[in-house]
Amino acid sequence: MSASLFPNLPSPPPASLQTPEPDRPRPMSLTDLFVSFTLIALQGFGGVLAVIQREIVERKRWMSNEEFIEEWSVAQIMPGPNVCNLAMMIGTRHFGLAGAMSALAGILTVPLILVLCLALVYAQLAVHPEVQGALRGMSAVAAGLIAATGLRMAAALGKNVMPLLVCLAIAATGFVLLAWVRVPLAAVIALLGGLGCVLAWRGLKP
Amino acid sequence: MSAPSLVFGWNDWLTLFVHFLMLSLMSLGGAISTTSEMQRYLVERQGWLSQTQFADSVALAQSSPGPNVLFVALLGWNIGLNTGSMTAALSGVVISMIGIMLPSTIFTYQVAQWAHRNRELRAVRAFKQGMAPLVIAMLLSTAWLLASGGGKGGEHADNWPLWLLSAVSCIVIWRTRLHLLWMLAAGALLGALGIV
Repeated sequence: MSASLFPNLPSPPPASLQTPEPDRPRPMSLTDLFVSFTLIALQGFGGVLAVIQREIVERKRWMSNEEFIEEWSVAQIMPGPNVCNLAMMIGTRHFGLAGAMSALAGILTVPLILVLCLALVYAQLAVHPEVQGALRGMSAVAAGLIAATGLRMAAALGKNVMPLLVCLAIAATGFVLLAWVRVPLAAVIALLGGLGCVLAWRGLKP
Repeated sequence: MSAPSLVFGWNDWLTLFVHFLMLSLMSLGGAISTTSEMQRYLVERQGWLSQTQFADSVALAQSSPGPNVLFVALLGWNIGLNTGSMTAALSGVVISMIGIMLPSTIFTYQVAQWAHRNRELRAVRAFKQGMAPLVIAMLLSTAWLLASGGGKGGEHADNWPLWLLSAVSCIVIWRTRLHLLWMLAAGALLGALGIV
């Protein structure tokens, strides 16, 4: 079922404006997209990004690493779950809107059913203090994971067009407003996001 | 804090739906970055979920395979359960997931290709770089709220072993390539043994 067995499949009709290179392996069908992204999602605990990169770039070779990084940077700044955005963008490249929907359905459907089953099982077991404790422990780890994701992304601030101190000041103010003062997110985005965009715009050469 | 018992009318479901619709477009950096806002709204303002239910939903979704956004389905599920029926719970899942996915999906589908072609454009670069510090702040505040069990005076605010576990996980995940499953398993074990 691996698309890489057929490296010479003819190029698709250009569903989107970017056409993949002709000799690049590509998903064979909408079903292939759906199944591939289902399998990717099922391997991703606490985040799917690393798995997508390994499967799509290294194993299936649907896109090069550089292409992947470019797509990822766009997926990241768009609203919505990053990996869903990315799946959608990969699907779009090959099969247009239908591809986007297949990839998105693939990455969401089976994991959604699984997580609901998990919630049902947990509801049965939640009376046991051990089970509650286990989830409390996992929740603490999840908090650490989210913070780590933030810190990893913070490493890129050094390359930001705004001075590092300005970036850190915006990030710290945002944290205080959101976590401690509990200001609604929309206000913080308007205020600090707007400020950041203006500063970055001025910092970038026209 | 035990689960609230709710009576939900159409307007409440609509309010919930609209809330997720709006958050969807604000969820730069992923739905998880709007978690602190959801907690503020659903738990503190509306009282539709208990803090425990909220934290459990996030933790269950994190320890289950798939995109993090699925915690939103569990939030809808629990709100539905609080109104008393399984049908309502399933409606909650559908309403929440459509709400959180629909606007961002349409927007991204339309804009991603344009942004890809125009990635050298000054406005695109300014947006991308200007938002970066805030995206980090959103992630860190979400982590803070999860670790403290609901912010200042949250139920884990004084539980220092739990804070320590969060901090250690953060450093390990940040600095090493250890598979996340090991960390989740360790957290589950420490919790089950009553250490944290």
